[in-house]
Amino acid sequence: MTIDTDTIRHLSEVSVSVEIETEDMTLNIGPQHPSTHGVLRLVARVDGERCYDVQPVIGYMHRGYEKLSEVRTYPQVTTIVNRIDWVSGYANEIPFIVAAERLMELEVPERAQYIRLILTEMARIASHLVFNASYPLELGAATPLFFALRERERVLDLLESVTGGRFHPNFNRIGGVRPAYAAGSNTRKMSQDLPAGFLQETREAMDKVAVAVDQLEDLVAGNEIILARTRGVGVLPQEVAVAYGVSGPNLRASGVPVDLRKTQDYLPYDRFEFNVIIAENGDCWDRWHVRLQEIRESIKIIQQAIDTIPSGDLQAKVPKIIKVPKGETYVRAENPKGEMGYYLVSDGGQGPYRLKIRSASFSNISILPWILEGVLVPDIIAVMGSLDFVLGDVDR
Amino acid sequence: MPTWVTDLFSNFWVSLGGKLLLVALLIPLVGMVIGFAEMKLSAKMQARVGPYFAGGRWGWAQLIADGVKFFQKEDIVPTDADRPVFKSAPILVLVGTVALFVVIPFGPGLAFRDLDVGIFYALAVSSLSTIGILMAGWSSANKYSLIGGLRAAGQLIAYELPLVLAVVGAVILAGTMSLQGIVQAQIDAGYPYVVLQFIGFGIFMIASLAELSRIPFDMPIAESELVMGYLTEYSGFRFLFFFLAEFANMFTLSAIAATLFLGGYWLPGVPEDVLAYAGPIILIAKVFLLVFTMIWFRWTFPRFREDQLQRLAWVWLVPLAIFNIVVTAILKVVLS
Repeated sequence: MTIDTDTIRHLSEVSVSVEIETEDMTLNIGPQHPSTHGVLRLVARVDGERCYDVQPVIGYMHRGYEKLSEVRTYPQVTTIVNRIDWVSGYANEIPFIVAAERLMELEVPERAQYIRLILTEMARIASHLVFNASYPLELGAATPLFFALRERERVLDLLESVTGGRFHPNFNRIGGVRPAYAAGSNTRKMSQDLPAGFLQETREAMDKVAVAVDQLEDLVAGNEIILARTRGVGVLPQEVAVAYGVSGPNLRASGVPVDLRKTQDYLPYDRFEFNVIIAENGDCWDRWHVRLQEIRESIKIIQQAIDTIPSGDLQAKVPKIIKVPKGETYVRAENPKGEMGYYLVSDGGQGPYRLKIRSASFSNISILPWILEGVLVPDIIAVMGSLDFVLGDVDR
Repeated sequence: MPTWVTDLFSNFWVSLGGKLLLVALLIPLVGMVIGFAEMKLSAKMQARVGPYFAGGRWGWAQLIADGVKFFQKEDIVPTDADRPVFKSAPILVLVGTVALFVVIPFGPGLAFRDLDVGIFYALAVSSLSTIGILMAGWSSANKYSLIGGLRAAGQLIAYELPLVLAVVGAVILAGTMSLQGIVQAQIDAGYPYVVLQFIGFGIFMIASLAELSRIPFDMPIAESELVMGYLTEYSGFRFLFFFLAEFANMFTLSAIAATLFLGGYWLPGVPEDVLAYAGPIILIAKVFLLVFTMIWFRWTFPRFREDQLQRLAWVWLVPLAIFNIVVTAILKVVLS
């Protein structure tokens, strides 16, 4: 995107033959606004419909999770981390738990790892479906919302049947997973497992989601107005995306084939076949389409994992009071929104000494001033929506 | 009928008052019926149920409940607002709608007033509501409202032209600007003008969608960008006025489209004496067919961008409409 702002202003000035004194307007978008996904605030200088100097103002949702986690024990921190990106709460727990397990040098049972993987991918599907629901709405089409959210409900119901929670599962334990008491076995004495029929139901649900995703693609991609609104809008070139630390589907839409599921070993992704979806142009349309296709890849992973899930324990042997040995580690994971990382420093106590959270949305919206320079007012929303951020993930 | 009754009704002021009362009752009625249809139809299209509880069955009383709710709400005027302009804007919007009702022919000789320049008058007063919208946007002392109002003005300029040009074809064919006359001409010709004027009909429908600022042309409201555009600062019954005006305008513009292109109150094969009674029903059926299409569009399409709308209007609709006029005029001369 090479819009020379000075040229545009010069052109607009020469075309006005009558001397009119004009003044740029400062437009304040948010923190209360229908499409800022929570409490993001943008301050833009508006000349007619064109915007310059867009500055995001963040911090309205700062909850101090990094500091809070210093005064919590490890099991308590899990409840905090799944509130960071609440649209995919489950996926947030994984890197933190894995970081603690690495320092403790725990061997997590295979079955637990598979369950984590299945649920993480389900969280990814849920998150991408929310994006697919809200993005057309931001462009003015209300109907895809309902079709996408209906499928998300299917996924969340399954997630709830295992973990007991829809948004904040708080399901992972250090050393494994622990399904809700009501699920699976009714007696507390026996070892708990997945609810009866869960795997079969998941398989059927995934088939239905796959059909719905095809329908959604028909509904949205077949629409000329959506194409006109998103093609070539908000183009994010590779170099810029990399320079700003953009990650996840936004980066892949710009053509950089980076997927931490392929390169990191926080979960056994290397046993499954799936593609890293990339696109070429890096415009809004590509970002939308990459996410839609990633739902299909996630479904593929889940189906394979259900086919090969081993039996066995869900929990490694851990002491009643968890103490993590002295040390530090950084675990990064491919979350639905992008790279999520926890830098965990332990002094050997019951809670983290310091926990640095690298959240995807924070880095992703750092691109906003660059990408929104010189766009039209309607495109602010189109571009902002296509970056798919969650304010809890930005402010923490 | 006793003579004093006919005398009473032939009195100018009494008949004017009666007509005004009728229009005043018709607008909320039409607004509620279309509003309810929109609620139920959008629910159907989105795999929802829609209004369900109010009134006991199908939620038929939902719109009445909403209306009562609006009247109970506080009438807020922003501190910095231009008070007289802010307060009169919704009334002006509604006046445009009322004025449109006047010329719609519901049956042979059944119109509040049959003007010789009926269609000209209809197009003129239909743009009155845009002035109200511009006033609302300007006086709200809100930047979103201001942008919404300006967009409405830009939209008016871009779409009034194709709207007028689309009508010209039908006027050339009929040889009259009276709406009654145009219907009569279609009866005489034996076919509705949409057969020849399909381009004009398409342009008219697109332009009237833009005139109504409904999706895909709802940039003046643009909920996701401008909060509610020019409506942002309105509450209570003033908001209700805008709301009613939108739905009633859907009815009136569809009625004009039906009159111009679909034969109005006339249906091929229906004898003249039946038309006198069945006319209003036939017209309303046609109107609701068009209104259904508008609702269907609304819940299927996203919205255009402002510059795309302008391009559509100036690059496609205006040249197409002029082409339509030229072809119609040539055909008229050649065939007659």
